Amino acid sequence: MSTVTVSEAGGGRDLVITTSPHMHSRWTTRQVMWFVVLSLLPCVISAVVFFGVGQLLVIGSAVLFAVGTEALIQYLTKKPIAIRDGSAVITGLLLGLVLPPNFSPVFTALGAIFSIAVGKMVFGGLGYNIFNPALAGRAFLQAAFPVAITTWTMPHFAVDTVSKATPLAAFKFDHVLTGMQPLVVGNVGGSLGETSAIAVLIGGGFLLVTRVANWRIPLSMLVGVLLFGGIIWLIDPAAPNPLFHVFAGSFLFGAMFMATDYVTSPVTNLGLWIYGMGISLIIVLIRVYGGLPEGVMYSILFMNAFVPLINRYTRPKIFGEVA
Amino acid sequence: MSEFPSREPHAECPEASRSRIPVDVQQRHPRLTIPFAPSRLRVSELPSRLRVSEFPSRLRVSEFPNPDTPLPNCGHSGFDIITEIVIFVTIAGARSKCGIPHVLRRCTDPLVLITLNTVMIFKTFPGGVHPAEQKELSEHCAFEIMPDPDVVILPLSQHLGKQARPLVEKRAVVVKGQVVAEADGFISAPVHSPVNGTVKSIGRESNASGFVKDALVIIPTAPAEGEEAPAPQFLPPLDAATVSPADIRARVKEAGIVGQGGAAFPTFVKLSPPEGKTIEVVILNGCECEPYLTRDHRFMLERPEAIVGGLQLIMRALGVRKGAIGIENNKPDAIEAMRRAVQGVEGLEVVALKTKYPQGAEKMLIKAVNGREVPVGKLPLDVGAVIQNIGTAVAVFDAVTKGEPSLTAALTVTGHGIRTPKNLIVPVGTPLRNVIAYCGGLTDDAAKVIVGGPMMGVAQHDLSAPVMKATSGIVVLTKAQARAEEETACLRCGKCIDACPLHLQPTRLARTSQLGMLEQAEEYGITVCMECGSCAYTCPAHIPLVQWLRLGKQKVIQMQRKRSATA
Repeated sequence: MSTVTVSEAGGGRDLVITTSPHMHSRWTTRQVMWFVVLSLLPCVISAVVFFGVGQLLVIGSAVLFAVGTEALIQYLTKKPIAIRDGSAVITGLLLGLVLPPNFSPVFTALGAIFSIAVGKMVFGGLGYNIFNPALAGRAFLQAAFPVAITTWTMPHFAVDTVSKATPLAAFKFDHVLTGMQPLVVGNVGGSLGETSAIAVLIGGGFLLVTRVANWRIPLSMLVGVLLFGGIIWLIDPAAPNPLFHVFAGSFLFGAMFMATDYVTSPVTNLGLWIYGMGISLIIVLIRVYGGLPEGVMYSILFMNAFVPLINRYTRPKIFGEVA
Repeated sequence: MSEFPSREPHAECPEASRSRIPVDVQQRHPRLTIPFAPSRLRVSELPSRLRVSEFPSRLRVSEFPNPDTPLPNCGHSGFDIITEIVIFVTIAGARSKCGIPHVLRRCTDPLVLITLNTVMIFKTFPGGVHPAEQKELSEHCAFEIMPDPDVVILPLSQHLGKQARPLVEKRAVVVKGQVVAEADGFISAPVHSPVNGTVKSIGRESNASGFVKDALVIIPTAPAEGEEAPAPQFLPPLDAATVSPADIRARVKEAGIVGQGGAAFPTFVKLSPPEGKTIEVVILNGCECEPYLTRDHRFMLERPEAIVGGLQLIMRALGVRKGAIGIENNKPDAIEAMRRAVQGVEGLEVVALKTKYPQGAEKMLIKAVNGREVPVGKLPLDVGAVIQNIGTAVAVFDAVTKGEPSLTAALTVTGHGIRTPKNLIVPVGTPLRNVIAYCGGLTDDAAKVIVGGPMMGVAQHDLSAPVMKATSGIVVLTKAQARAEEETACLRCGKCIDACPLHLQPTRLARTSQLGMLEQAEEYGITVCMECGSCAYTCPAHIPLVQWLRLGKQKVIQMQRKRSATA
């Protein structure tokens, strides 16, 4: 906030003048962002535990190039360098964590550059982007390197080393249903940060408890996936059960860290429910009827596009407004 | 498991008459239902045997009465907004502040004595924020009467409405209580000299709202050696028991009383509702939801009878039989004092409210007390309610019973930037500088002087601005507290929307205001904003939302005026 300091008339003391309010909550943009960074650490740890220290190269490359791209663009466009707000670090971390193990750091760097440059800065930087930058970057990599991004290295302690696939792909193409215990612990194939439900829930829980993330998004997604997944499962016994939808793939990671991105989610409470349920509906449809085994990324990107519309049509009723 | 007082006192329990009852953990008990019945309940009518494990986890413990105590506030319709039911009990003879389940978990003895004390139901409104209260700086300081200053600056406009017309010339000698400016029009209020003295000048002086307005400057004169000070010109005292509604209104008008809640609306106007409006209830606002301020709190502790007397006078002036006093639950001693004061007075009740900013805003208070929403663009009158501040009730009582016009302002001088925080009774017109000096002066790191509360008050640039009739406090913040965080782009986190008590979208309104999209601002209700500051308080991006909303609101109002002028 802009402040004016004036020399107090006749008193000689400098007094600060601002408009009200003169008190403020402890929150700052930077604090919010670094809380999110902190919440992602359990997932980074699970990535290292299950896929080896080498994965830090993938994650590190994503973070480094995300931050570097943002700084460079801000320098070139003569904007204040705002990398210390931590938002580019989050984008880098998120991108790194949704890539397959042992993904090429060079490709990762390209993805990070795309995330920041095209996913965020062309829209005007922090607060103005329509699509989740990390997912935009991953979608780019999916299109550019379709083989590399679907090549899965199995974790160190994988129970089932035979099927070199993610639980979702195993179910879709081979009709093999992975058990619940490995899904919760995380010793299954999948993207770096998404395999361990425990790690995701620790980090996500931290975001919810500190009220950084809005609880309505994970909850509405959970309700949505159980509801839609449940309906389809009841109709079609060949479809996976709703709990499998929750714990397999990047559903939890997406619900906790991707969909909860402030900038690309609605601001109204009703809007958040529509958004969360909408994501879940599309996830279930893609997973059950689509050609791809996983649909979290496209579902969130798809619903991102509707956020301005959702905000517009879910305006809360003003206090005392006569309908 | 616990047992609440049953209808018949236990014969075997010697202390049954004081509602002490044994708790048998082995026994089976029916489940707890907190009765939300819309009729008056008594403590003894609570289900007699309650299973503690089924208590809402938020139940907390302390305080006291007997089983015949009515459960407060069970007689209203506003139950959808109860957020908390707190049962105060004494466990095993010791007052405890933790929850019943927690206490029982720690108790190994299956037979524990639980005394049910008070059941308090706290009501509120949806939205709002919880700023640090900071009341402890001054809440225990009794009112002090500040002596006359060396100069009195008396703005002619200390109220909302037309400024008063001066009745005295330069160099005129005035007496304490003398009318020095008369009300000009219906929405206006007279100004009285708070001191004996001489008018030094009539001219433009800056005031605490940041404007330069017409004011009388009076130099107080002490009586010469051996002489008596001239008697103050008070109005004749009236008998509070028999005074007629018309006389009350006339007295409030003559005494120049203005609303003490901040807007300084002439109280007389509020007591003269337009024909055809039915008023059901007068609500006294004892929330004092602004952080730091403790003036109303002190009034409730020190002058509860005057508050009840004032409330009854206001009710009589309006022909209303129901009165309520809303108090936030961070002032349990004030709730207790006021409950004692209204005991046995018909039609009056004290409503305990959840501590949350802005609980004291008129619309929020009505919503919490009787569940009604004031429609957009309408007044509390339109839902049958009149709101008055605690300080206004005291002023009305003094004006009627003592004949004292509005000569002083009661205010809290506090903050970490002031050496000795105090609650003061100050002659109106005293420069801020004198008040601050009386409280030990500013600390070395003081940086911001606010008149009013820290959420809605005005930062001062000139400490020679005077205290006015409706000044409720001077809050001085330190350099560290006044430090402004860097503003970043809006993150669209929606915290401001959650916080807005009027369910507006501050981030969107600020944007429309910035871009000059006035039609959209109007459509999204910018004119409804009351500038409470909850949005800016909570914004992590530190966007000066109130500033943008205020600007946009002014522009939209201008646009509406122009539109109706051309229509």
